Amino acid sequence: MSSILSIIYLIGSVTFILGLKMLSKPDTARKGNLVAAAGMALAIVGTIFLYESEGAKLHNYGWIFAGLLIGTVIGVMAAKRVKMTAMPEMVSMFNGMGGACAALISIIEFGHLAGNSGSAGAAAMIKIHQVGDMMEQLGTSSREFMEQRNLLQEMFKVDYRGTLLIILLGLIIGAVSFAGSVIAWGKLNGRVKDFAFPAQHIVNMIVLGVIVILAAALLIHVNDVYPLWAHGGGSATGFNLLFYGLLIVSLIYGVLFVLPIGGADMPVVISLLNSFTGVAAAFGGFLYNNPVMLTGGILVGSAGTILTILMCKAMNRSLKNVLIGSFGGSKSGAVAGKEQGAYKEISLSDAAVVLAYANKVMIVPGYGLAVAQAQHVCHELERLLEEKGVEVKYAIHPVAGRMPGHMNVLLAEADVSYDKLLEMEEANAELPTTDAVLVLGANDVVNPAAKTDATSPIYGMPILEVEHAKVVIVNKRSMKPGYAGIENDLFFQPKTSMLFGDAKQVLQQLVAEIKQV
Amino acid sequence: MEQLSVFIQQHIEMIYVVILSIFLGIEVISRVPSVLHTPLMSGANAIHGVVIIGAIIVMGKAEAGNYLALVLGFLAVILGTVNVVGGFVVTDRMLEMFKNKKEKK
Repeated sequence: MSSILSIIYLIGSVTFILGLKMLSKPDTARKGNLVAAAGMALAIVGTIFLYESEGAKLHNYGWIFAGLLIGTVIGVMAAKRVKMTAMPEMVSMFNGMGGACAALISIIEFGHLAGNSGSAGAAAMIKIHQVGDMMEQLGTSSREFMEQRNLLQEMFKVDYRGTLLIILLGLIIGAVSFAGSVIAWGKLNGRVKDFAFPAQHIVNMIVLGVIVILAAALLIHVNDVYPLWAHGGGSATGFNLLFYGLLIVSLIYGVLFVLPIGGADMPVVISLLNSFTGVAAAFGGFLYNNPVMLTGGILVGSAGTILTILMCKAMNRSLKNVLIGSFGGSKSGAVAGKEQGAYKEISLSDAAVVLAYANKVMIVPGYGLAVAQAQHVCHELERLLEEKGVEVKYAIHPVAGRMPGHMNVLLAEADVSYDKLLEMEEANAELPTTDAVLVLGANDVVNPAAKTDATSPIYGMPILEVEHAKVVIVNKRSMKPGYAGIENDLFFQPKTSMLFGDAKQVLQQLVAEIKQV
Repeated sequence: MEQLSVFIQQHIEMIYVVILSIFLGIEVISRVPSVLHTPLMSGANAIHGVVIIGAIIVMGKAEAGNYLALVLGFLAVILGTVNVVGGFVVTDRMLEMFKNKKEKK
């Protein structure tokens, strides 16, 4: 590696660290992202032009630049076009591509293990081997010759196990991350439904066991199979099949791993898969002795894991609970048995009066608001109420929307001022003195069952205690349960009234009504 | 056991880097406000796009006749680039909104 490239990689690693550091503070976040991007660009350009392996520079520049160009066009288009509401899916998809990239590198490097028989030295070894075989057949073999041959082969022999282990780990983790991310993407945009079957965890454990067994078998046999010339230049079909079998089983595991996890937990899963891909990238760093891949990958691996745990904490659930809990499919039976009370509706004009004559209104935005793209009209409502002397605040649950912090991004897009956004603890402290709460397309984050019903799947999750306010108005499209698939007692409480309809339309009508009040 | 200690001896520098990076990652992230969870996840997602460097190396070393390596390497370069470029652009888009807000204040 040239010394300039070493320095470039060092700069790259430092920018990643600085970038992550700056990304974790609101003031510097955007700059941090650009710093990391600049470091990445430098590392990529440096690799293309300066990388040397055994004295040879890289070739196939046409392919490399074509790939970079196509990838850039796709990446920019996808990133620019995606709606803010579909952001989590997008991140999941990008993550899957990184995982696929890591798995592909492993597949090619696995092919290179066998490719060691392509060099001139290897060709000579094959010849010597064949001569030995011939002499044995003719009965002219001498003990000295065979001894010399074996000695020579020993000298050329390498222990392949270390390299193969790294290749296999990159393959497994990359493939799991890719398959899992695609499923997570499908789940978030509704293309893939929650799917759980009995004894699923046992099946998952078995699949995981198969992965371990296949990987172990490959590692045990690799030094018998390679180098190929040790067997007279034969092929390794069975060994290759084992490897591709491992790839397929890893993909299956990725699918099975994410399928049973409920939609509400998807952000946690994406964050986890994100750190998986980081680790897969780090194995690439091991493979090529490449420090920037190593530090970048490990950094994301550990930071992603911490982020995952922070998200779990925000929902007051353990990671184990999220992964094993099978949030999605299993609870429909429990809900059906429960008596549903009666709910009452409120008319638009009544709702307008309630809001306009309140002293303090708390808006609780949820994913429904995001889907309806109602953040702008919501901001309009807020301004209108402020003009009428009403104090308006937003209560942001840490996991409102589909990802932690998602709702802050959406409201920022609509120019809602920072200081109006209350985090959960602040909001809960203010709710008892609040006159009216307007819940916009949120459901699970205001479900009192999280506090009262120990059998509820969301039991223990901290919620916004909107029932402490004087009046609660809930806007929803229908009485259908929320994303976690759980019935919400809040809707049947006497102080709650329902305002059905698409969040954007309802808010527009509400704005019109309030103007007349 | 002996092989393990030999392995550790040979790779001691890398092992240092790995362990220190793990602590660094934890340290850097642990005090992040929940507002920034999504952009941070997205930014970290772009950073693990460093796999692209592995893809470039693998692509650049592929021999002219090895079509499996050429095609898979090409695909790897595309996917890695989408991860990197898309990741950074999406993160920037998210953070742009925060910034506008700040300026007006």
